[in-house]
Amino acid sequence: MTFSESTRERAREIVARYPEGRQRSALLPLLHLVQSEEGYISPDGIAFCASVLGVTKAEVSAVATFYTMYKRTPTGEWLISVCTNTMCASKGGEAAYQALVEYLGVEHDGTTPDGKITLEHAECLAACDYAPVMTVNHEYFDEVTPDMAVELAKQLQAGERPVSGRGARLCGFKEISLQLAGFPDERRGAITDGLPGEPTLAGNRLAERHGISVAGFDPDTPIPATRPAGDAGGAGKEEAKP
Amino acid sequence: MNMPDPSPAALRKLAPVLTKRWLSPDAWRIDVYEQLDGYMALRKALTADPDDLIALVKAAGLRGRGGAGFPAGLKWQFIPQNDGKPHYLVVNADEGEPGTCKDLPLMMADPHSLIEGIIIASYAIRANRAFIYIRGEAVHAARRLRNAVSEATSLGYLGTDILGSGFDLDVVVHSGAGAYICGEETALLESLEGRRGQPRLRPPFPATHGLYASPTVVNNVETIASVPYIVLGGAAWFRSMGTEKSPGPKIYSVSGRVHRPGQYECSLGVTLGELIELAGGMAEGHQLKFWTPGGSSTPMLTAEHIHVPLDFEGMASVGTMLGTTAVQVFSDADDVVYATYRWIKFYHHESCGKCTPCREGNYWMVRILRRILSGAGRPEDLDLLLDTCGNLLGRSFCALGDGATSPVTSSIKYFRQDYLDYIEGRREPIFQDAAASGSSSEATDAEAELAGAR
Ligand SMILES: Cc1cc2nc3c(=O)[nH]c(=O)nc-3n(C[C@H](O)[C@H](O)[C@H](O)COP(=O)(O)O)c2cc1C
Ligand code: SF4
Ligand code: FES
Repeated sequence: MTFSESTRERAREIVARYPEGRQRSALLPLLHLVQSEEGYISPDGIAFCASVLGVTKAEVSAVATFYTMYKRTPTGEWLISVCTNTMCASKGGEAAYQALVEYLGVEHDGTTPDGKITLEHAECLAACDYAPVMTVNHEYFDEVTPDMAVELAKQLQAGERPVSGRGARLCGFKEISLQLAGFPDERRGAITDGLPGEPTLAGNRLAERHGISVAGFDPDTPIPATRPAGDAGGAGKEEAKP
Repeated sequence: MNMPDPSPAALRKLAPVLTKRWLSPDAWRIDVYEQLDGYMALRKALTADPDDLIALVKAAGLRGRGGAGFPAGLKWQFIPQNDGKPHYLVVNADEGEPGTCKDLPLMMADPHSLIEGIIIASYAIRANRAFIYIRGEAVHAARRLRNAVSEATSLGYLGTDILGSGFDLDVVVHSGAGAYICGEETALLESLEGRRGQPRLRPPFPATHGLYASPTVVNNVETIASVPYIVLGGAAWFRSMGTEKSPGPKIYSVSGRVHRPGQYECSLGVTLGELIELAGGMAEGHQLKFWTPGGSSTPMLTAEHIHVPLDFEGMASVGTMLGTTAVQVFSDADDVVYATYRWIKFYHHESCGKCTPCREGNYWMVRILRRILSGAGRPEDLDLLLDTCGNLLGRSFCALGDGATSPVTSSIKYFRQDYLDYIEGRREPIFQDAAASGSSSEATDAEAELAGAR
């Protein structure tokens, strides 16, 4: 098997995060780990997870194929995901996606012939207040237009690593997969980069400008005791179930 | 551009509590968090009896912020005590309901407030292990969370004998891998156990048979992040916001055709009219047409509902749900039939495939809606859609299937004419394929997608 000793060491670290006898919980992070080395879920990667956890390859495959982030074919260094769920689509996300399809010459889940860029349309990325959004290796680019989307693809092709709107400077698909496996991003700025955008702060800004705050907050408000000291009975054992 | 200020009545609804620290750009650092009252609630909570904390959260009336609004204190109280089993707290950070975008910014800007809430909640339910299940795509927020966990551990807020209290807690940040269904709490637990994210039959409920068949509380990010404020300010203060049955502040995520989309934390019960005012009014040239109160799974409403309070009861009174307070605002420039089609494509893609009504029903609804949008719709298609919804609602294994019916039934209820305009040829088709023939590219699309969803 092809996996490096450092990957094996990381696999042990992942397994150790979960309780004794519950190592199967490590499967999702292990699959991310496999992608961090192979760029997709390779047959070797499935065998690797199976051997680490002592389950069958069929069981690992069944899980891997369930989740959209596990890729079945080698993924480019840059995974571009354009949100085309309703809000983004209505505000121009569909057009941005189509512009990329045309420019890159690939369809959903396709990778450019040089193996550099994989394109996909994505479901709601939980950033609808910045719609339409797209991500590159999961870092957000906000309020994109078709031109911006193509421009970004050109920058990636030119070897640049643009900084995302609210996250960190981009890193490669394999590097981001390692973070998904739960390992910290060691790059300088990875944690510190990323200021909230104006939509995130919109309500706050308004409250600040109009001097609005919630009145009556006293952090020393006592926590009421519900039973006399020394009574050891449990709470509410007889309540009805939801 | 000049915008009128919101009216005093609308401004009074603003209630910056959970979002307040977002204005401090470095609040995600533990030292800054501590300067901003961080970990004060934990110190206070650790001096209290765990049962008193459960009672406090009950008294505050905190209801789940993940969609269903179940009282958090009651959920905690269901955890059996002295049962000899390990207890778990699992935070649902899978945020995937279309329109919902509140938990990610919270974890980005103020991750320690969630960690602090987790420690207090775990202490209350006597859990020594907690997991944050965060949607995979949210790497930026996961990074901040993992950093927060290690900062908190190094200062003794996590780990063994927390602040000398004798209480131990270990927190693991677990990234998902792209599956909306994993936000459903039992699917989430399956996924966290390393399996396909398919929902479990209930009962038994997670309170007794959750993670690893042990007592487990699953709560949304915003629910848990509310806890430190309740511990500090008390139940009465918390109840000074919101309404009798829906107390507290709530983060409303306003997106779409308003001037300033964004996060507006308000007293529960703010109205859409007020939210639009706060968001600077409708965007230039747009007239409100339809909107969702809390994500695509909550039936849509129209301009006639702008004065209904956005709380659990208010939304129920007009046949919808508060959901996740993902207020998506659409205008006359948006196509309600297309919007519905796009949402159903989402449900179809995300259906876990476990039960027939949802797996097949969504597959067919995508095709019918596509046919309508291709100009090949038939007059009986609306009844066919409603019929399909009838077979989904209440007959699906989990609430994803129920949710899928919401956009369809509500859009037909309020905007039947928009459908008829396509069907009767008054409106240009937006797709070119002749789906009616059954040999369209959409048929193959749908089949490919269906295969991909499983
Ligand atoms: C299909 C589906 C998706 C869901 N997604 C989420 C989610 O992303 N986040 C969340 O907190 N709850 C989600 N829920 C609700 C959870 O099942 C559960 O009710 C919630 O996490 C409980 O927490 P709360 O009581 O604090 O709201 C979803 C439910 C369904 C049916
Ligand atoms: S309703 Fe849909 S998502 Fe839920 S169990 Fe059935 S197939 Fe799966
Ligand atoms: S619809 Fe695109 S981020 Fe939500």
